[in-house]
Amino acid sequence: MEREYITIDGNEAAAYVAYKTNEIIAIYPITPASTMGELADMWSAQGEKNLWGNVPHVIEMQSEAGAAGAVHGALQTGSLTTTFTASQGLLLMLPNMYKIAGELTSTVFHIAARSLAAQGLSIFGDHSDVMAARSTGWAMLFANSVQESMDCALISHSATLAARVPFLHIFDGFRTSHEINKVEKLGDDDIRALIDDSLVHAHRARGLTPDAPVIRGTAQNPDVYFQARETVNPYYLALPTIVQETMDKFAALTGRQYHLFDYVGAPDAERVIVIMGSGSETVAETINFLAEQGEKIGMVIVRLYRPFSTEHLLAALPATTKSIAVLDRTKEPGSAGEPLYLDVVTAIVEGFANGQAPFQNMPRIINGRYGLSSKEFTPAMVKAVFDELQKPLPKNHFTVGILDDVTHTSLSFDPNFDIEDPDTVRAIFWGLGSDGTVSANKNSIKIIGEETENFAQGYFVYDSKKSGARTISHLRFGPRPIRSPYLITRANFVAVHQFGFLQMYDVLDEAEAGAIFLLNAPYAADEVWMKLPHKVQEIIIRKKLRFYVIDALGVAQELGLGGRINTIMQTCFFAISGVLPRDEAIEQIKKSIRKSYGKRGEPVVQKNFAAVDATVGRLHEVTVPSEVTSTVEVAPAVSPLAPFFVQNVTAEMIAGRGDLLPVSALPNDGTYPSATSQWEKRNIAQEVPVWEEDLCIQCGKCVFVCPHAVIRAKVVTPEELANAPEGFKSSPARWREFPDQQYTLQVSVEDCTGCNLCVEVCPVKDKSSVGRKAINMEAQLPLREEGRKFWEYFESLPEHHNDAELKNNQVKNVQLLEPLFEFSGACAGCGETPYLKLISQLFGDRALIANATGCSSIYGGNLPTTPWSKNEQGRGPAWSNSLFEDNAEFGLGMRLTLDKQYETATMLVDSLRPQIGDALADALIANEQSDDNMIALQRQAVTELKEKLATIQEQAAQNLLSLADKLVKKTVWIVGGDGWAYDIGFGGLDHVIASGRDVNILVMDTEVYSNTGGQSSKATPQAAVAKFAAGGKSTAKKDLGLMAMSYGSVYVAQIAMGANDRHTLQAILEAEAYPGPSLIIAYSHCIAHGINMTKGLEQQALATQSGHWPLYRFDPRLADEGKNPFQLDSKDPSIPVQEYAYNENRYRILQQTNPVVAAQLMEAAQTTVNERWKKYSELASTKK
Amino acid sequence: MDLSTTYLGLQLKHPVVPSASPLSQTIDGIRRLEDAGASAVVMHSLFEEQIEGESHLLDHYLNVGVDSTAEALSYFPSMAHYNIGPDAYLEQVRAAKAAVSIPIIGSLNGVSTGGWVEYARYIQEAGADALELNIYFVPTDLHTSAVSVEERYLDIVRAVKSQVSIPVAVKVGPYFSSFANMALRLSKAGADGLVLFNRFYQPDLDLEQLIVTPNLVLSSSHELRLPLRWLAILHGRVPVDMALTSGVHTHEDVLKGLMAGAKVTMMASELLRNGIHRIGEVVEALEFWMEEHEYLSVAQMQGSMSQQNVAEPDAFERANYMKVLQSWRADPNSVLR
Repeated sequence: MEREYITIDGNEAAAYVAYKTNEIIAIYPITPASTMGELADMWSAQGEKNLWGNVPHVIEMQSEAGAAGAVHGALQTGSLTTTFTASQGLLLMLPNMYKIAGELTSTVFHIAARSLAAQGLSIFGDHSDVMAARSTGWAMLFANSVQESMDCALISHSATLAARVPFLHIFDGFRTSHEINKVEKLGDDDIRALIDDSLVHAHRARGLTPDAPVIRGTAQNPDVYFQARETVNPYYLALPTIVQETMDKFAALTGRQYHLFDYVGAPDAERVIVIMGSGSETVAETINFLAEQGEKIGMVIVRLYRPFSTEHLLAALPATTKSIAVLDRTKEPGSAGEPLYLDVVTAIVEGFANGQAPFQNMPRIINGRYGLSSKEFTPAMVKAVFDELQKPLPKNHFTVGILDDVTHTSLSFDPNFDIEDPDTVRAIFWGLGSDGTVSANKNSIKIIGEETENFAQGYFVYDSKKSGARTISHLRFGPRPIRSPYLITRANFVAVHQFGFLQMYDVLDEAEAGAIFLLNAPYAADEVWMKLPHKVQEIIIRKKLRFYVIDALGVAQELGLGGRINTIMQTCFFAISGVLPRDEAIEQIKKSIRKSYGKRGEPVVQKNFAAVDATVGRLHEVTVPSEVTSTVEVAPAVSPLAPFFVQNVTAEMIAGRGDLLPVSALPNDGTYPSATSQWEKRNIAQEVPVWEEDLCIQCGKCVFVCPHAVIRAKVVTPEELANAPEGFKSSPARWREFPDQQYTLQVSVEDCTGCNLCVEVCPVKDKSSVGRKAINMEAQLPLREEGRKFWEYFESLPEHHNDAELKNNQVKNVQLLEPLFEFSGACAGCGETPYLKLISQLFGDRALIANATGCSSIYGGNLPTTPWSKNEQGRGPAWSNSLFEDNAEFGLGMRLTLDKQYETATMLVDSLRPQIGDALADALIANEQSDDNMIALQRQAVTELKEKLATIQEQAAQNLLSLADKLVKKTVWIVGGDGWAYDIGFGGLDHVIASGRDVNILVMDTEVYSNTGGQSSKATPQAAVAKFAAGGKSTAKKDLGLMAMSYGSVYVAQIAMGANDRHTLQAILEAEAYPGPSLIIAYSHCIAHGINMTKGLEQQALATQSGHWPLYRFDPRLADEGKNPFQLDSKDPSIPVQEYAYNENRYRILQQTNPVVAAQLMEAAQTTVNERWKKYSELASTKK
Repeated sequence: MDLSTTYLGLQLKHPVVPSASPLSQTIDGIRRLEDAGASAVVMHSLFEEQIEGESHLLDHYLNVGVDSTAEALSYFPSMAHYNIGPDAYLEQVRAAKAAVSIPIIGSLNGVSTGGWVEYARYIQEAGADALELNIYFVPTDLHTSAVSVEERYLDIVRAVKSQVSIPVAVKVGPYFSSFANMALRLSKAGADGLVLFNRFYQPDLDLEQLIVTPNLVLSSSHELRLPLRWLAILHGRVPVDMALTSGVHTHEDVLKGLMAGAKVTMMASELLRNGIHRIGEVVEALEFWMEEHEYLSVAQMQGSMSQQNVAEPDAFERANYMKVLQSWRADPNSVLR
């Protein structure tokens, strides 16, 4: 049968089969599995049908636990049901999975296997999640490549129906889920051939129905539970055979033969690796290479891991086997060995004892860990394992791929060992997320994979920043199938799409001798050479690189493409790489442009065509001189002034050399220093704000809204400015409290993202030229050096300390408070970070932050650096992220500790009165610490206490010494997004606000799951489009605030900084001061809204003016005073909702796809707003 | 009484036609205009900027953040189809044709000869009976000469005419050095009709906010005078059907337009301000007036007071200027007030 070849990623391959073979799909987004659910939802929205001619129903749940529950229910009533998940998401499904297996239910869960959060969260791939599910009673089938993730998905769906045992179909997160490869697509006939309808009917017949009532899910007693548990044994015994028969049937159809355990290598191998997952592809490649040199080596690929078939494993091993290395992609600290190893050892020992083993002598079996969190697993590492197996006393429980200099587990390997196919084009592209490099490369793979006979593979590496994000694309093309699931280390084509990268990264390290180097530079071919750093020139000459240059940004800007140079650089790649004849390549690029952009309209197609046509003439080869002449040096990754850890560890991660850090370099409990983002100077802004001191009215709004804390103000004495560098700006301070002092406002140009919010918010207009404000954007590069100097000086000026001098309830005054949240990697113009920064300014030196997983935990805590900072006394927010679902509870736990420790400390103070004196004891206990001044006094008293305690030897004194700092009031801030607060964490949040404890909850409401890419949440407004609400959300946004108010004991505020900054400040101050639970819901504009981010604050104002986002405060203290606790703080809606909404792509997109529904939903949204406003108005006018 | 007229080859039951406005933005609105008695409807305009802009805007927002971070490779669901700018408009033309029996005149608004002119053909294919081409160009470039501006107009007319076989009326503003000559050249370039005149909405300055604000001021009857003059001057001299737009509020305005030489008179401001029932009222008053003054048909009066047909042709020329200035002192209700 002739089948279509397509180039897709592993997620799509698995989702394709899952969609065809199911009726109900209940999901919850989680990286790296989200794409599977999104694809299923898209196909469902487009009316794609499954094998039985109906459109599967796809539902997004509130959590993975919810998804598993819905799946369980659907299965129990006889639907073919599936889900997709990974990592902690799979853990949330475990309770249901035991039930589903216990009830012998046919289903397949598709897992993009991912690390579990331990010392730190990781979104990347390994088997620690699925290994945590190995006791659930589910079959576990591993797919090792993109093709296999399609094939094994079908084998799983087929076998589960026959076996009645549920399946986890597993493939490696990112490495397989996100690798794009050319695969043979299974047709409907293939799928139909493996899905037996009589088994489907049997599955349906087992469904619960009142027409034939039974009960399932009983509670069982000691008398029968045990026996009942053993009833399932025959199914597990039968399963391996069923799977093998399914594999055989599949092979008869497609020619691709799989076995439960596949052997690869020499028939007389003496050294054998046992492995599962994508790593087996690397081992296979390496064996093929080494076998040609006569090495007696082999590998057993474990495909069906559960049930583990001893018999089939033994049958797969050669009789000549002398030593075996079992490689596990997981870590179970404290175990006798990793799980696959334990299974293999058990099987072989049992087999040997029973005489079933093929070998005469018991082979030596060792265990190793590799590839945790997508750590590279390369042929060099495979060779190191085989070499180890040859040693008389090989290392057991080793690691490979890292340097473990602490417990010395690691094997060393030769990084230069290389087995790349010389016929394969190996290309690396360095780009920015925003320049479209990855999108272009995905197109190139499709062109080569689908329009030529060649095979193609693409894998993409992203950094953890959301603004100025760097991408590295690894593309292989060649005449033979590409099965190299590891990054390219010897490239014959390297493209650098951003000139600035030459200063930041070792971009040419992977270039092999004679490779092509394509550079996008703002310089002509005859001037670019002297602009290159010395080191880059040296490499070009030494490696004899062929060097091409194009001013792609220039071309893009001429053609109105902005910063998107994707089409231009793609054309350059085809023009010089020779992968296709030039004319054919251009034709194919245009074809792919039409395919990719056609539905966005002809003008977009034409614009990109113009880019293709303009490119070739602007691409030039540079004549490479024979000598290095550059005087441009590469700056160190961080300043030499940075602390030791930053210099030696953080800097290496920043420079992209984190893989080389040894175990000893890293903290052993996940604890990292804060205040590190200041050392990562990213210089990503093209333009930065420049202050006009003569125009400025010192209102502080620009400082207030700056999402990255790069604009700061100080008031200092003229004497303190005496040594200011020339050009350092200041003007007389406009504060009554600061007569004769100078005000200075500075911009950290190297940390600025160029978002423009400051300029937008500036209320001042030059009377002679109203377009000019008191702060205006100018090109960064010419300002960089001077800006750095001014910033350093500015930092050396004294910080304002918020004591009695100034009230912090005015925006103007807050600008003088030092932010302890700075330079995050959040999106340029982020709508969330200004709130966090404000909290850090007001309370940062005594704040504990519990941060739900999401955008804020990523820009807040994703290595290498953190924006959470500290002041010159060393105080600052202490931050932690537990999980996505438990953040409110996590923060509550912190509060409980603080309260308990305060209680213990005061008790000890009381008991130590004779030693420390009544005056000090009274001062410590009586101080209510209700303002900054009182807190400062408490700190002084604590210092005095500690001095006294240090001299007292009593145990109680030492006990108090360990708790003394807890006598200073602390504040707990529980922060996160709407996905957490409205959906997955709502139950916990509800419980915490009902607890009455003094915690402050900040919900940064972007009205969508932002971090995972725009999935609908219960905060998503009516009429907006989001993933899983592609037809527009039909129900109204949940009114979280009103629900919280119903307790009557919770301080609740809804705020929007862009609508009313003073209100925002007031609400945050009141919430913190309220001695019980507080909930603040903060409008946070977001790139997921599809807005012009420079207008984010304006959109906030419009949201409020339209009534979509009323501002209010509910303060239970007012009720105690006999007043109405509810205050509606925004005016009556003055514009229709659509005037606000249709500035945003999330609403507009529905007009473009379904104008009739868009109009209906917008009308409904307006009605909702009207009704809510009426309700709020009534609440506000209620007399207490 | 015969109120019928022909315009761009279309037989209309009377000469009162709603011009392009938000009233024709929905099918329901178009249906209501028909019910209110409109003899034809000029659809709201499809703008060149809309054709190009919506496409680019959609592209921009679908690109933002895409393939940038490992966890979020996109931010919006992938849609099978986007009904952007022109698609929705064309669909509306189709739906309008199906919904009403009066002629539908499509409206295309632009300032260049780019790819957007193809949409003239699409509008025709969607079923429009005629096309109004609205050229709304504000030449701000110091180096753009009057000649090149005029050439641009003619190029656009030629480009659009090359796309369609339905009649094309060109709607322009009055700001040409020699409008009579321009009208003739537009006719020679292929214009089947002229719509006089475009109202250039002039921006205003907000003194509190210090911003330039778009400011749409609805017309009043006194704005009738300018197009009236040019209708009268051009009638019988340029072989095109002329439509009067700007300042038509009452049956008197309609009568003046017809007498000056208009085939149809177009209303928008009046309908926006006082409701679409005004169409019926104006037609009724027109009929009443004609009966009272013993006119038999609209055709009878069309052009009856054009420059060629009045007793004092110079009343439409410069001499008139002096009279107006003198009258201003005497008459506080003068048009120049």
